Amino acid sequence: MSIPQLLVHDRKDNVGVVVVEGLTAGTEMLCVVTEDNSDFKLTAKADVPIGHKVAVADLSEGDTIIKYGEDIGRMVASVEKGGHVHVHNLKTKRW
Amino acid sequence: MAQSNQKIMAYRRENGRVGVRNHVVILPVDDISNAACEAVGNNIKGTMALPHSYGRLQFGEDLELHFRTIIGTGANPNVAAVVVIGIEPGWTQKIADGIAETGKPVAAYSIEQNGDLNTICAASRKAKEFVHWATELQREECDLSELWVSTKCGESDTTTGLSSCPTVGNMYDKLLPTGLYGCFGETSEITGAEHLCKARAANPEAGEKFMKLFQAYQDDVIEPFKTSDLSDSQPTKGNIEGGLTTIEEKALGNLEKIGRTSTYIDALEPAEAPAKGPGLYYMDTSSAAAECVTLMAAAGYVVHTFPTGQGNVVGNPIVPVIKITGNPRTVRTMSEHVDVDVTGVLRRDMTIDQAGDALIEMIRRTANGRNTAAEALGHREFVMTKLYRSA
Repeated sequence: MSIPQLLVHDRKDNVGVVVVEGLTAGTEMLCVVTEDNSDFKLTAKADVPIGHKVAVADLSEGDTIIKYGEDIGRMVASVEKGGHVHVHNLKTKRW
Repeated sequence: MAQSNQKIMAYRRENGRVGVRNHVVILPVDDISNAACEAVGNNIKGTMALPHSYGRLQFGEDLELHFRTIIGTGANPNVAAVVVIGIEPGWTQKIADGIAETGKPVAAYSIEQNGDLNTICAASRKAKEFVHWATELQREECDLSELWVSTKCGESDTTTGLSSCPTVGNMYDKLLPTGLYGCFGETSEITGAEHLCKARAANPEAGEKFMKLFQAYQDDVIEPFKTSDLSDSQPTKGNIEGGLTTIEEKALGNLEKIGRTSTYIDALEPAEAPAKGPGLYYMDTSSAAAECVTLMAAAGYVVHTFPTGQGNVVGNPIVPVIKITGNPRTVRTMSEHVDVDVTGVLRRDMTIDQAGDALIEMIRRTANGRNTAAEALGHREFVMTKLYRSA
């Protein structure tokens, strides 16, 4: 298998993690779901640093973000599929 | 792979426990005895002073924790013999007596009515005796499963939850059934995954005990002291640089360290020694690396497994800290800190099962005497947990 650019923990997740350095907007990423080793393709819409998250679906303000199949917070701004998800648009529901 | 019959060469202590290092420690009871301890440590080669910041005018639970941490550090099987130095004889003797219950050689010295110089002289002579004795101790064949192996991750990022934390989890899933003692903690970093952590208790009592400790932390620490949403502390700046956004996301990655099948049999107070036999224990600890590793070492754990993403460099003076990372940038930029490289998990050319085996092999080699990166680089962070202001 080629080296993936994006790993997704669980099929229910709506974000994945960039696992290569220097990912640039426009890259067609090989994405692997670690739960079952299934894969899909997704085009990155931004330059996203290694370790940072990418939306694998269009996400709107208020949407719950699922990673590891679990709730990790809510969107406070919308982002398109392939866009960067981080502290600028995702917040905890606590505190 | 048959893990249960793996052998290591290690030190069998007087109380039957297995140690993987053979330190002669010069242990201060309190902050103002650091200078004398460091002088002894400098005089007698092969000893190690463990200076720290506390031990005066503490009271109640905070004092109990101080005693438990200092006594537990001296009692740890990686320590062959201990010289205890305190400002006055009362607490000094209490600590020496606590350590002596293990059967190992301990000597106590107090400074008042002697002064630093006479104390240093007498303590140095005894330390020299201990070094001669300890350096003739031989490693002997022990079972890998006799080890007590703790874990805590640091400077985590999204790669830790994908690779290095599940590597530790895989190790626990394989070794705990053979009789290993395990330990995880980091109460604040379970926030968001507390329901999953509770569900991993081996019995309802352990789960309730965990939830009580978790809730006490929320009520007693977070609620009174938070200024906003902890967003600058949890996740840390390093976590955020590495792509972690929320405490829930961090917590889910953290919990990957207890694997798929492992369950914890008890929830421990900070630095409390496990007392319910082999298996996994949760310990109520800070998530600050040095504090947490110090508490687990004081509870008797002899090897620490430390997944990192962005590259936490922490070590411990008496316990080898094995660093595991799956982040290729961290391997590229600071490989001198990495003991186990699991970047292959992200490239999908290494399975978690293979990564777990690689970690077990490194635990075996470390137990046999291989110095970890943190040991070679001189990382000896010894940090007491303080519960509240002294009197």
